Amino acid sequence: MAVKKLSKEKIGEALKELSKFRLIAPARSDEVVIFKEIADPEEAYLDYGNSTVPPKKVVFPQTETLFRFMVGNPELEEKNVEEEGTTVIFGLRPCDARAMAIVEKLFSWDYDDPYFLKRRELTTLVGMACVEPPSVNCFCPSVGGGPFGKEGLDLLLTDMGDYYLVQSLTDKGKKLEETLASQLEDAAGGDEKKAEGMAAEAEGKIRRSIKTEGIPEKLPGLWENDLWKKVSAACLGCGICTFLCPTCHCFDIQDEVEELGDGRRCRMWDSCMFSEYSLHASGHNPRPTRRERTRNRISHKYSYYPSRFDVIACVGCGRCINLCPVNIDILDILEQVVDA
Amino acid sequence: MKNPYIPYQVNILEAWYETPGDRCIKTFKVTFADEKVWDTWKQLPGQCAMVGIPGVGESMFCISSSPTEEGYLRFSIMKMGKNTTALHELEAGDSFYVRGPLGNSFPVEEWKGKNVFTIGGGIGQAPLRPVVEYIRANRGDFGELELIYGARTSEDHCFKAEFEEIAQCGECECHLAIDVEEEKWPHFVGFVPTLLMEVAPSPENAIAVTCGPPIMIKFVLQNLEKLGFAPDQVYTTLENRMKCGIGKCGRCNVGHLYVCKDGPVFSYAQLKDIPEAFA
Repeated sequence: MAVKKLSKEKIGEALKELSKFRLIAPARSDEVVIFKEIADPEEAYLDYGNSTVPPKKVVFPQTETLFRFMVGNPELEEKNVEEEGTTVIFGLRPCDARAMAIVEKLFSWDYDDPYFLKRRELTTLVGMACVEPPSVNCFCPSVGGGPFGKEGLDLLLTDMGDYYLVQSLTDKGKKLEETLASQLEDAAGGDEKKAEGMAAEAEGKIRRSIKTEGIPEKLPGLWENDLWKKVSAACLGCGICTFLCPTCHCFDIQDEVEELGDGRRCRMWDSCMFSEYSLHASGHNPRPTRRERTRNRISHKYSYYPSRFDVIACVGCGRCINLCPVNIDILDILEQVVDA
Repeated sequence: MKNPYIPYQVNILEAWYETPGDRCIKTFKVTFADEKVWDTWKQLPGQCAMVGIPGVGESMFCISSSPTEEGYLRFSIMKMGKNTTALHELEAGDSFYVRGPLGNSFPVEEWKGKNVFTIGGGIGQAPLRPVVEYIRANRGDFGELELIYGARTSEDHCFKAEFEEIAQCGECECHLAIDVEEEKWPHFVGFVPTLLMEVAPSPENAIAVTCGPPIMIKFVLQNLEKLGFAPDQVYTTLENRMKCGIGKCGRCNVGHLYVCKDGPVFSYAQLKDIPEAFA
């Protein structure tokens, strides 16, 4: 089957077709770009760098119900994720799609997490290759990704000027291609080759990097090293590095009860940078200061996760660097690990 | 596929206080509201469960009964925070919710033919109790069983009647301790690690299992080393704040290990190079 293309003139029509599903696309919200459910193709904003908030919330909502209950009634009503319906995330960056594939390893490890996995199954990911690096702090090639990376994606779009090259990567991707049959045309024979060249060129434009080789093995040995105090000294403990991280997956579980006894048990994003995260009921805290919490954040991503799942839990999107209010830079921390 | 976040309702058969005070310990003997759950519930000594009440929350506790005690589960819970305070208000006939069994277990199968020493302090006897009961129920499969247990005062001792029964029937030796002198206390006065050195168990063909406050564990481990126990002959359990109990929510890790999933049972050989294990 020939590779397809989507003319930019037909993008509105294509999005309209896809809006028969739950369609999530980048859109402007005040000053920033976020992923949100769109009803009108006009809302989609495809000429963006990367979203401030990653689209991970589509498969792992910031707050979600696990089950509902009525106080005093033994019946627990399990949340049915299926009813959220088939979802398409249109135009996400390869790093954010790869993050979902990385996090899926945890959510399917040993115990299957039915909520995450069901959403993942219901969701088709249509990626948008990064012809230009979205941020000065992008470093995806250092951690195993790339600006044209395909991991986790079902379809990859590449901006070729007047049109997008459309490469389908999975069965889900092929199915979506069929849905868009009347908007897609056959691409020219040389387009795929051309895209390969663009990918190499795009990778060359990425300015920041880190040699990760040896870091996972080295980190546990740096437990008492002075660097942790140094790199965490400015940290405010705001948690933005974890909330905006596409691979951060830690969550809290809380119960909410309304006045008439109608309640739900829900889970919500949590952050290892908060003191309550590891605080025991007794008052003891095994990670009492930001030094221990920063050490855990970096060690989790660059040592613990790879030791269990063979992959670094960081996709090099640069959000934690771009958005830290006190300019803490994960690459700077990793350089210090390398030099220690 | 069973959703691992949905708990089972249990009914309280009996409930009693082990110890008094602000941080009192209450034991609950429970059975599943739906008896069919027993067909799939297969716990091993040392495993845990998330215990709670919808609307209040849930927290992780060791199952303090052995699988050889059929028809019920036991939990011994110290009143500490929001959830445990709510649980303490419950009595026989009331219900709460449980999901599990979670985590790994003591490798009791591998211990067959060996002498087993348990060294407990305070509420730390709760995860040791299933080991003791398991060995007592399979007495012929194991060597000697010897119990060392201490608490601050005699009032703070858990499972008093059971210790008495075990000591009296003579099937194993019980060494009890309190921290400070009390009138009419016939046993050892002093800390558990000191009592351990008095008892001085031989490491030959032996396993030592310890659980208690972190400071006690620290000195028990040092003393076991002095007595010649190798790190792979020594087991303990860890605890940390937990939410999911199934290795997803992140917070309970010590180094690269999740206490909820890779633990709560660890050999000292596993932990001695993980500085966070005793943080």
